[in-house]
Amino acid sequence: MSAYKDKDARINGIKDQIRVVPNFPKPGIMFQDITTLLLKPKEFKDTIDMFVERYKGKNISVVAGIEARGFIFGPPIALAIGAKFVPLRKPKKLPGKVISEEYILEYGRDCLEMHVGAVESAERALVVDDLIATGGTLCAAINLLERVGAEVVECACVIELPDLKVCYVAKFSRQF
Amino acid sequence: MFAAENGLRGDPRLQGISKAIRVVPDFPIPGIMFQDITTLLLDHKAFKDTVDIFVDRYRDMGISVVAGIEARGFVFGPSIALAIGAKFVPLRKPNKLPGEVISEAYVLEYGTDRLEMHVGAIEPGERALVIDDLVATGGTLSAAVRLLERMGAEVVECACVVGLPEVRVRLVVASSLLHLCKMALGLKLLLLLDKSSQFHITGTTQT
Repeated sequence: MSAYKDKDARINGIKDQIRVVPNFPKPGIMFQDITTLLLKPKEFKDTIDMFVERYKGKNISVVAGIEARGFIFGPPIALAIGAKFVPLRKPKKLPGKVISEEYILEYGRDCLEMHVGAVESAERALVVDDLIATGGTLCAAINLLERVGAEVVECACVIELPDLKVCYVAKFSRQF
Repeated sequence: MFAAENGLRGDPRLQGISKAIRVVPDFPIPGIMFQDITTLLLDHKAFKDTVDIFVDRYRDMGISVVAGIEARGFVFGPSIALAIGAKFVPLRKPNKLPGEVISEAYVLEYGTDRLEMHVGAIEPGERALVIDDLVATGGTLSAAVRLLERMGAEVVECACVVGLPEVRVRLVVASSLLHLCKMALGLKLLLLLDKSSQFHITGTTQT
């Protein structure tokens, strides 16, 4: 799943810019903070370029970004590959008609929403977020897109926490 | 203050951008005509034009920081930052940014909220841009400017896609008017679109 492990010279530069903040948001969590990457124009650009190189020319018409850090990486990718950008948001943020998908948190549940009409049936879509942990949010995102008939080509994340992969393995069996 | 006044009058791209933004009545509460930029993001050409207009304006101004206000400022800010070679700094609601932050309060219709920025994200003397999708009372933008100035940056301009500069604010919250005055007097503001003529607001609006 790490498409560029050890192969691309830009990867180490990107990795070096991500800082780990211990015990955030609560004790025991080693938080992968991408905001330090955003402070380095070259490495931030390299990150976007690597995604764009992978997805350009694949007939992807939708980039769906998960609130809020998916809003940072998704739009530059969408603009570069000629796709629309669709924000997937926490409840009650999107005005007008939405569809909603629930997902499970460590304690309790949350919901992701997408505008009705933003994505059409048979569109090819990318989901973008900064990080994948358990994959719960990404699964909710995929479900939203598939419910309106889109084909989710891939989920693109800057960081993966492989020890926490739970539900996303089955969803990612597509090739393109 | 508006694109027209800043020499962008007649820019053919503005019409397409304006048409791509939809108005959703009575959101989030009755009486508010919500300017929804998500429809702009579905129109690749109009979205690209929006970013291009900002980039054309800011690329030669020696700007090293683009600060985007959560969450819709995140949609426009990074693309502008990437194109002009600046860093992107997210300004966030409380408790979202890990590590050391500084915090600035601003006034809502009922109560206050806070905006946070990472300590060390910017250095004194840097020239900064603030980005959000829309300005209504200017409270959030003012808080953003104060954060940047506290860290010694010079805020060159605040850039928003849509402006509601003639919002009639219910004077229950008098300090909102103060923010509006501060905005007019002290802040340089670039707005691509003036939506104030289309409707009037009887309360504070989105931000």
